[in-house]
Amino acid sequence: MELVCPAGNPPALKSAVDHGAGAVYIGFRDDTNARHFAGLNFTDRQMEEGIRYAHARGVRVFVAINTYPQAAGWPRWQAAVERAAGLGVDALIAADVGVLDYAYERAPDLHRHLSVQGSATSAEAIRFYHRHFDIRRVVLPRVLSLRQLRRVVQDSPVPVEVFGFGSLCVMVEGRCLLSSYVTGQSPNTCGVCSPAAAVRWDETPAGRDSRLNGVLIDRYGPGEHAAYPTLCKGRFEVRGQTGYAIEQPTSLNTLALLPELAEMGVAAIKIEGRQRSPAYVAQVTRVWRAALDACARDPGSFRPRPDWQAVLQSVSEGAQTTFGAYHRSWQ
Amino acid sequence: MNMSDTHSPASMPGLALGPVLYHWPREVVLDFYAMVADSPAEIVYLGETVCAKRRSLRRDDWLALARELAAAGKEVVFSSLALIEADSELRSLRRLCEDDAFTIEANDMAAVSILEERGRPFVAGATLNLYHPRSIAVLARAGMRRWVMPLELSRRAFADIRAALPETVASEVFAFGRLPLAYSARCFTARAHDLPKDDCQLRCLDDPDGLLLKTREGDDFLVLNGIQTQSAHSFNLMAAEVAGPPPADVLRLSPQSRHMPAILAAFDDWRHGRAGGGELAARLEDLLPSGSCNGYWLGGAGMQRLPTPAAQA
Repeated sequence: MELVCPAGNPPALKSAVDHGAGAVYIGFRDDTNARHFAGLNFTDRQMEEGIRYAHARGVRVFVAINTYPQAAGWPRWQAAVERAAGLGVDALIAADVGVLDYAYERAPDLHRHLSVQGSATSAEAIRFYHRHFDIRRVVLPRVLSLRQLRRVVQDSPVPVEVFGFGSLCVMVEGRCLLSSYVTGQSPNTCGVCSPAAAVRWDETPAGRDSRLNGVLIDRYGPGEHAAYPTLCKGRFEVRGQTGYAIEQPTSLNTLALLPELAEMGVAAIKIEGRQRSPAYVAQVTRVWRAALDACARDPGSFRPRPDWQAVLQSVSEGAQTTFGAYHRSWQ
Repeated sequence: MNMSDTHSPASMPGLALGPVLYHWPREVVLDFYAMVADSPAEIVYLGETVCAKRRSLRRDDWLALARELAAAGKEVVFSSLALIEADSELRSLRRLCEDDAFTIEANDMAAVSILEERGRPFVAGATLNLYHPRSIAVLARAGMRRWVMPLELSRRAFADIRAALPETVASEVFAFGRLPLAYSARCFTARAHDLPKDDCQLRCLDDPDGLLLKTREGDDFLVLNGIQTQSAHSFNLMAAEVAGPPPADVLRLSPQSRHMPAILAAFDDWRHGRAGGGELAARLEDLLPSGSCNGYWLGGAGMQRLPTPAAQA
């Protein structure tokens, strides 16, 4: 299984390459990718250098152009496809059928991967993208159980990449407008979720409030750990009770499932976190490289080592990690 | 509004009643569609789009209902499930797409794939994420005859797309109702009842307009509807376009449990120019479970209730 690691900037790319990534995924410095955060992503020059660095060490580079353009911004997405093709990246990760169509027409030799933002959850949906755009890989949303995943891998016309570690979107990627409902900007349209510019922290007699465009997302008492107000991870009131009504801040960690994922034929494991630091990328890549190598050597006796899990735990969001939807209990 | 019609800019928009997004008991569903048969809506979307476990009506019940509505002169469209996970869901989808009697609204690319291979024209639902002319052109080649605009797009994006819409494709915009904003593998209704999804006891039957989620300050914010999350506020296009309906071919009204006849009548008055959008929207305000919003259409945050451009002038 290929280890696909995130890089939000050149030092993170080097970290991923140096610590054992099989591929690194990156984005341009604009809203053409789903991690359009201030100070993040690559200029063309940085991308060129990064690709040279990775290729010299046998590591592939994928470029995410995985947001949904609108008519007014379309030339920016066209340019991104052409820049990626010109830079000699190994694959494009795209979600929008218009972007995929354009890439297929203008750069047919550049491999196309269907982004997780494309929300393909069945082999039948994947067949549509394969038929029209000859995609070479699909990244699945974090919503399928292991049994469902096995079926998709079996029937899919192209190799399947799944998320192995990182922040867990509780919603189907590409099918969540909560952020634009509150702030006007969403992952689909702008490549952001719960954008920092809309966040406000208030100290009040009742506690420390986190707000998103004025909406109270959470309130913390003294000594409570305050988290970034991603709006699905706030505490709200339902049926007279206050709590994490949608999702507790947790991280996905599928290390223990590696032998099963390998056995069912998953082609690649993706690590989430282009917004995270080069140190995060180094630590997580090192652990996953070691685990994948151990699993490949002897899947039958593979057990996640406690020191691996301790490292992953230390960089996780929230207090706990989970198998997410891979286990029915989560659903 | 026949599927084979091409769109013409000056004509009055058709009214469509979207699929019921909630879980209502069988008798309630049947009563509701008896009302719809006599309503001004020309198009009626039927079927379950949120959760395959909701089975108040069986397949044959839906088909009987469809035939009755068609006999009453309605264009009937079956809406497909928005999130396909289990094999059984894919099998149901295939069965739905293989029945040539009624048009299908494809809410997932799996449905598009099946319908394209069968050479059947279809309506492309909002969850297909068709945000611009090139992606629309791809789906038009696959057999799309009506395009439903993604909910978060503005009037400006609509105008850009409409200007470039292929002759064979009609346009539809979400004009009324709580906005279906997100889908998940998890059931938030079951979670709110502290039940696992596998043993949810169909508690979504308790809430005919979904389960309200409030902020810790007590403000109505979102609505939990099984695996779907909606806005608490009802989108109302009339509150954004006082002068009259935009040049869309079809306006979609999403059902709520009460007052739908009055809401349908108001939109019918609006499109006939019998009353202004501002006045009608104000009249509907008291009939909404949590008030209204219009932000998406006017280019703002979806939850906002912005002054209309005419009111600003």
